[in-house]
Amino acid sequence: MCGVCGCSPSVNSVPNKTVVDVYEKILSSNDILAARNRQLLDKHNILCLNLMSSPGSGKTSLLEATIEQLKDQYRIAVIEGDLETENDAKRIRDKGVQAIQIVTGSACHLEADMVFSALQKLDLEAIDILFIENVGNLVCPASFDLGHHRNITLLSTTEGDDKPAKYPVMFRAADICLITKSDLLDYLDDFDTQQAEKNLRQLANVAPCISLSSRQPASLKAWLHLLIQTKQQHELALTNQKTFLPKMQNQGAALHKETHYEPTSTVLA
Amino acid sequence: MHELSICNSIVSQVTKVAQSHNATEVTHIYLNVGLLSGIEPQLLQQTFPFASAETLADNAELHISVESLEVRCLDCLQTSKVTMQNLSCAHCQSWKTQLLSGDDLTLARVELKINED
Repeated sequence: MCGVCGCSPSVNSVPNKTVVDVYEKILSSNDILAARNRQLLDKHNILCLNLMSSPGSGKTSLLEATIEQLKDQYRIAVIEGDLETENDAKRIRDKGVQAIQIVTGSACHLEADMVFSALQKLDLEAIDILFIENVGNLVCPASFDLGHHRNITLLSTTEGDDKPAKYPVMFRAADICLITKSDLLDYLDDFDTQQAEKNLRQLANVAPCISLSSRQPASLKAWLHLLIQTKQQHELALTNQKTFLPKMQNQGAALHKETHYEPTSTVLA
Repeated sequence: MHELSICNSIVSQVTKVAQSHNATEVTHIYLNVGLLSGIEPQLLQQTFPFASAETLADNAELHISVESLEVRCLDCLQTSKVTMQNLSCAHCQSWKTQLLSGDDLTLARVELKINED
């Protein structure tokens, strides 16, 4: 039986040739490592959030502001992914929290094995909430499970409100969508917050959509409330031997058996 | 360019299947790729030879079948074909829909050459 969906791979042989119906999700080696990361995080009661957005949309600023607000309440740590430099990890360490920089070189996204190595360098006993700041990129990071629990996708007001329509794969994966740099809305005539949310909804995404500015602590209230709520719900799930899976877990695969795929066997002439 | 990591996964998965059947060569690989999987089929084709070089899949032909997008509406319960930018129900325009197909990235089938001995 196939380990992914429970279907029965069939094998048909003719001399010299064999056709094997596999029906296995590609990327499964990454998924196995991701599941191992998630297990490790759950064991230490850590809520892990994956921040994704285009470069310059304010991921690091959001982390700085969030740490500032929550540092007395929760022990926070950060894994930073960038093509080059330790700059972002330094900014986070200046706030007095643990930060590990993953320099990906030319790789445009993080994968589960990179996160596993970073986890080895962190004191997991001393963390309540772990943020992974993915490589700034609205394409690839959405396809890789890192072992985290929720995807946070940022959309800054300077990028334009049609980003969800342009990058549907990324915005479909958002468990929480944050519209950042809301303090600039007064200066921009091409960003409509409602239109941005409408574009997100058209992707059949029911994720909460919150506007904020990392420069205006008062505007962070709804985000911080949601973050604390998510942390509490995750703890509750863990006490019931359950955990959270981020949205990228593909619904199509779960449904394919009843709706689309019948394992077939083919005999070659 | 994450197509290379995907190709590496494909090669490692088909190699495992080939080894479990004592195959000497992988001749054909069939993939199902959804429009919302985040994978560009053409890039996958171009990248594959780099990942498969000097493996059992060295000369394998890659067949990619692209899945269209279909959703089921959670309000009116009908299914409809939709586009990448708008996954709302085509019948009642509700955005509360569930994707039935279109984000798959699946290794469907491999064809192997087996040593007769």
